[in-house]
Amino acid sequence: MTLMAIAFYIMALITVAAGFLVITAKNPVHSVLFLILAFFSAAGLFVLLGAEFLAMLLVVVYVGAVAVLFLFVVMMLDVDFSKLRQGFANYLPIGGVVALLLMTELIMISFAVADRGAAAGNEPQAFTADATNIETIGRVLYTDYVYLFQAAGFVLLVAMIGAIVLTLKHRTNVKRQDISKQVGRQRKNAVAIVKVKTGEGIKE
Amino acid sequence: MDLNLGLNLALPELIIAVGALVILVFGAFRGDKGMTSVSALCGVVLIAAAYFAAFVGHGTAFSGSFVIDGVAAFAKVFIYIAGVFVIVLGQGYFDRVGNRRFEFPILILLATLGMSMMVSAGDLIALYIGIELQSLALYVLAAFRRDDPKGSEAGLKYFVLGALSSGLLLYGASLVYGFTGSMNFNDIAVAAAANQQTGLIFGLVFLICGLAFKISAAPFHMWTPDVYEGAPTPVVAFAAGAPKFAALVLIARVLMGGFEDSIEQWRQVILAISVMSFIVGGLGGLMQKNIKRLMAYSSIANMGYALLAIAAGTEYGVQALLLFSVLYMVDTLGMFAVQMSLSRKGQPVENVSDLTGMSKISMPTTIVITILMLSLLGMPPLGGFWGKYYIFGSALAVEGLWPFAALGLAASVLSAFYYLRILKVMWFDAPTDELDKAPAEAKWIAYGAAAFAFPIAMLALHWLDPLAQMAASSFGLK
Repeated sequence: MTLMAIAFYIMALITVAAGFLVITAKNPVHSVLFLILAFFSAAGLFVLLGAEFLAMLLVVVYVGAVAVLFLFVVMMLDVDFSKLRQGFANYLPIGGVVALLLMTELIMISFAVADRGAAAGNEPQAFTADATNIETIGRVLYTDYVYLFQAAGFVLLVAMIGAIVLTLKHRTNVKRQDISKQVGRQRKNAVAIVKVKTGEGIKE
Repeated sequence: MDLNLGLNLALPELIIAVGALVILVFGAFRGDKGMTSVSALCGVVLIAAAYFAAFVGHGTAFSGSFVIDGVAAFAKVFIYIAGVFVIVLGQGYFDRVGNRRFEFPILILLATLGMSMMVSAGDLIALYIGIELQSLALYVLAAFRRDDPKGSEAGLKYFVLGALSSGLLLYGASLVYGFTGSMNFNDIAVAAAANQQTGLIFGLVFLICGLAFKISAAPFHMWTPDVYEGAPTPVVAFAAGAPKFAALVLIARVLMGGFEDSIEQWRQVILAISVMSFIVGGLGGLMQKNIKRLMAYSSIANMGYALLAIAAGTEYGVQALLLFSVLYMVDTLGMFAVQMSLSRKGQPVENVSDLTGMSKISMPTTIVITILMLSLLGMPPLGGFWGKYYIFGSALAVEGLWPFAALGLAASVLSAFYYLRILKVMWFDAPTDELDKAPAEAKWIAYGAAAFAFPIAMLALHWLDPLAQMAASSFGLK
């Protein structure tokens, strides 16, 4: 139990510290890297809660896809972050009020949970005793929810078609290497031997 | 064996889904040259699906998330048929503007797949996925002419506001799930009947707001005029009819299937949205100069009337909703087909002032527009009149709804001004330049819609009316 508590405190501390560094780091690339650190330690917290599937999703989806995408965007776009930080002092009062409100809400919720327990006061429990979360999800995904699972696949297909329709441009006048064309080139199409008379040159 | 039963019931959807995948591969190999054959294949798939949708058995499948009953079958057949006409219109349109893309008919196919998921949704997840599939395809279609700034604007506005409405809808769905403990409409009905909680009604209101976005009912209508104006006309012809039909059926199914016993609560919300819609639609259309924007306000007003039938909450109300939607879909399809067929020196005719003196330039077009306008206005004995006749009949049959029906009639007189202004401009003003030759397919679809609105609708109602009644009875209401 103490081991769990130590792990929780370490990971919670890392999550909060990394979250703080995301918004204070001078270099935007460092911000994204700290974001990834925050995701990893949040995934660790999920594992401690017994939600290993959520932890894996967090790593696969957020770290694997979203954060890497952020990294690309930050590196590709020329955003002047010092300009974005201008007016920080102007927005400080209103931002401070919102932060204070959020802080109060969080503290109140924490006290309420400590007092009465989460949601309806029930401990989270496994759906079936003999299977892990992932096994349970896997069992229903292709049986009870096969219709919705396939339909969600179609939504993704539409998104893919849409992205291609709206952005793909077939540019003409682009020189591409076409090996079969190069290999199939005949001598007579490429070279012409002309007898040039002295002092007249070649027409065309 | 359960799965086999489900696959049998979902045969029309399976045909469309598998068809879309196969045609997509075919199109990818043929490239944009193959748009004609892709369109033809998509049309065949939709016709086959419509045939099977009409004769497939009734029941529920996939642990209750897929429901086939009379209403679903009725709506599906007409949505698929509308899809076929839109593919024909789109083929001609994109040919003429020189923007042949084989993805157009495939996206229409996937949008109809989403719509048929919507009309057979039996739980909240199926509802959401159906709506997303349908709207995502329509967002792409609205921005299909990406070189046209107005088209891109329409697509972006549609997308951003649609995402907002999805957020509202999901928030409502999560509340409903939290308070009833189930996604399934039947289980929700049981839980809601046992215990009327405020939180549940709260969720229901958010759900209604999200759905009202999809049918462009006021006060969630702000995207409509811009999208109608900017999106390619065949896409608008589609978006104005079929998705709204599907969303109306979905609203009826959620409210009358899942919240049958909370009728006193949701009736107020629906009535408020309905009254606002036909007032906004009636007043907003008065100042419009662009025909497509005018049609947008007309559609806002007409969605208000359709919601009146849902507010009635009776079997007759559902029947009225089905008949009204079909007649309205034909009118809008015809009206946008006319708009597509008109052009002057290669430029599409977009403004009301471009129609001046049409009766001296092209008599058949004038007659078609006149019939369609009078039908949208609700002039007896045209098609649109019968739609409204059923709607107001269903509202008057319920005690306490007559003031709203009276307001609806008043708003319909108000909106008569803008329909009649077009007629006045066409028949009595001095003619301007000649028009270009009208493209055949748009012209004939417009003629067909006008012929349906005037003589055929009266005959067809003899056959549609009992069909719609039989369909509506599957909801098991009073």
